Amino acid sequence: MPQDTQQLTTWQYIQRRTQHGDVFFWFITLSFALAVVGLVAVIGFVIWNGSELARERFGLSALFQDGWNPIRGNFGALPAVYGTLVSSMIALCLAGPFGVLIGVFLTELCPQWLKTPLSFFVELLAAIPSVVYGLWGVFVFAPFFRDHVAIPLANSVGQVFPLLGGTVTAGRSLMVTGIILAIMILPTIAAISRDVIAVVPNHQREAMLAVGATRWEVIWKAVLPYARAGIIGGMMLGLGRALGETMAALMIVGGQKSRVPESLLEPGITAAALIASELPNANDFLHESMLIFMAFVLFGITLILNGIARMLVWYSARGPVGSIRA
Amino acid sequence: MISQASNYRRRAIVDQIMRGMAILATIVALIPLFLIIGYVIVRGGSSFSIAFFTEAYRAPIALGDDIRSPGGVLHGIVGTILITGLATLIAMPVGIMAGIFLAEYPSNSVAMTVRFCTDVLSAAPSIIVGVVAYTLIVRTTGAFAGYIGSIALAVLMIPIITRTTEEILKLVPQTVREASMALGAPKWWRTLTVVLPAALGAIVTGVMLAFARAAGETAPLILTVLGNNNLSYNLMAPIAALPLLTYRYTEQPFPVLNDLAWGTALVLTLMVLLVNISVRVATRNRLR
Amino acid sequence: MSHANQNEHPNITLKDLKPFYGSFQAVYPVNSIFKARSITAIIGPSGCGKSTVLRCINRMHEVVPGARVEGQVLLGDQDVYSHTIKPQAVRRRIGMVFQQPNPLRQLSIFENVAVGLRLDGMSKADVNVRVEESLRSAALWDEVKDKLNHSGLALSGGQQQRLCIARAIALRPSVLLFDEPCSALDPISTLKIEELLVELKQQFTIVIVTHNMQQAARISDHTLVFLVERINDVHRGVLVEEGETSQIFTSPQDERTTDYISGRVG
Repeated sequence: MPQDTQQLTTWQYIQRRTQHGDVFFWFITLSFALAVVGLVAVIGFVIWNGSELARERFGLSALFQDGWNPIRGNFGALPAVYGTLVSSMIALCLAGPFGVLIGVFLTELCPQWLKTPLSFFVELLAAIPSVVYGLWGVFVFAPFFRDHVAIPLANSVGQVFPLLGGTVTAGRSLMVTGIILAIMILPTIAAISRDVIAVVPNHQREAMLAVGATRWEVIWKAVLPYARAGIIGGMMLGLGRALGETMAALMIVGGQKSRVPESLLEPGITAAALIASELPNANDFLHESMLIFMAFVLFGITLILNGIARMLVWYSARGPVGSIRA
Repeated sequence: MISQASNYRRRAIVDQIMRGMAILATIVALIPLFLIIGYVIVRGGSSFSIAFFTEAYRAPIALGDDIRSPGGVLHGIVGTILITGLATLIAMPVGIMAGIFLAEYPSNSVAMTVRFCTDVLSAAPSIIVGVVAYTLIVRTTGAFAGYIGSIALAVLMIPIITRTTEEILKLVPQTVREASMALGAPKWWRTLTVVLPAALGAIVTGVMLAFARAAGETAPLILTVLGNNNLSYNLMAPIAALPLLTYRYTEQPFPVLNDLAWGTALVLTLMVLLVNISVRVATRNRLR
Repeated sequence: MSHANQNEHPNITLKDLKPFYGSFQAVYPVNSIFKARSITAIIGPSGCGKSTVLRCINRMHEVVPGARVEGQVLLGDQDVYSHTIKPQAVRRRIGMVFQQPNPLRQLSIFENVAVGLRLDGMSKADVNVRVEESLRSAALWDEVKDKLNHSGLALSGGQQQRLCIARAIALRPSVLLFDEPCSALDPISTLKIEELLVELKQQFTIVIVTHNMQQAARISDHTLVFLVERINDVHRGVLVEEGETSQIFTSPQDERTTDYISGRVG
């Protein structure tokens, strides 16, 4: 007992000496936390402010006009908008189903010993810098795709569908960009699918099993519907990543900025690639402002996508809603 | 008696096919990923030499038809270490302190706002951060410089560090906190002497992961650092960086420089793999 | 009893049933007969393997990775572990209701009952008839007939559990297995389920696992008592006694049963 008192007084001593310690501690950490808020405010302010000229001169309509030629003062951003959307959609359409199937495999079908290494491998791939994917795309995939897919495709199907036609010259195209983007966002979608499928409660699987369902019927009718919101969220996160991806697009898309390409096998441009290649050597304020305006729109779209996606994943991971109300 | 449903055969076949598809899809999807790593290791590895690590850029010289570049990428290695190192120094205090704030004062509207903002930062495409750094600093000062790249990378690192710190601190058992609370220790004392040391290892791994991610970022550097062919230690001027070299050497017409691009890609990839694997090994025991 | 009748109301026979998890045998060999048109209760402390034994009957044990079964489970005179029989077919003949009410989250009340029928490709009209019939049998029809398209999760816990019973009944099984069906429910819902079980035993062979001895005493005709046997730190379930419920609870033969029932162990 006396010892306790002794200790207590020691602490009281310290506390007396540091009376304002907690307040100070709170204040310090708070100011750093607010610095994070400040950063977001600065980012928002700078791109809003920087895009003012373009917004006032052109408004949103510039995003839907063809013909980008900064030297002649034509700022129709449609090629970049089109290229961004098309390459990202190709990426999503390819990586979405594959990613979900990988998630299914990892949680439902994979032998136990393979689970951890395979999951880790998938996570590792998400960490590889995008410039490495771009490099591989330029030297390995684009030439391969041109010789073995693009040229045969353009000469056959392309005669009927102009979207897959045109003259394939360089290997770089919107299609190749879409495929490389697909490879890049695949780990994201697979990892999130795995996570949201893993939290599907076992009793949902048992419910299907007990009425005589096969393994696949369990997956199709119980597991995937239950995890649907989270899976969609994972796809939206992947889409957001594809929309904002700069390096791979910059290296592979081909840099055809002046018009919307007729074919997916022709070079194009994406918004992020356009910004990265032209902003450091913009001709004038208007040109610069227009590029910042595109950054602003890109930022807005990725934020909205991410916001919805996070809500969906969160909702899905939270588990059953009011499962028991006895 | 137990009898098979009439359509059981069809269902069993669908079951087999779809399970096979999932396995096949996994294999097919992993092929390009294996290919990428394989190519980077083989082509990158073959460009490794002593000069690769000890020399900066030298202009390719033609000896007859044979074009050679005797140089290496030391300037890039130095640049990446300096830029990312400074970025870490900037991001660490902000990220860790903000993380402590979120963990220790978790439920108020300020914390909600801060959490929202870290989400915004981590969701933002890196090019956006580059655009802001360019507009705000490069345009005002009128010059590209290494430190501007550090600031941009720091912005990308902060949300990662903040979130890891918050999550790790929350994992520190309540009993540890209570033990010192029972003695009447103030909150700040408890956090600094008990909670933070318990979580230190994990926070370090978070910082390492953020470092690895930032070191591979390229887009913001294009808009801030520009690049430099010479070995430079000056962060106040344009400086080289590994991912920038990968990008620029890819665009070069000389195969010798393309080889250097593969080499830098391998260095970047190895760094990412190394950090991730060591983090994995370090945290495996702790998580169980 | 005619042969056809016996098919419709078969006994269940366990012969040297040994459930394994990997190489670990979880329960000592079980031999027993569960009579048709009656309720058999399996009681015992947690960890005694009573749920494991139950899940062996409709081959749900083997869905756990590494789990397997030795011995026989006979439905009538047919071994459900025979190589010619698919586990899916067994589970349609031997329905199961779980501890936690588990309506499928994304499906409506109607679809939750119909889900097993749809696997069979049953016609729409037949499904409608069968769903109503099953919901009536599960004493749920009057409560849900106006909201068949609502989510099953909008129901109370007791209603959800009866919905799960309806889902099992819809397949017209001969046997219904219940794995602690009331442990997540309040007393009033529990009572309703118990009444329902007593009604259902006219049509089904019912086996119920419960940790609630009063429940076993109230509704079952036969009782099996499982206990945990600890030898060298290895815990293994063992069937210590079985018999008429009244006899088990009034004059148990085995001393360990007496101890368990009077609350001295477990």
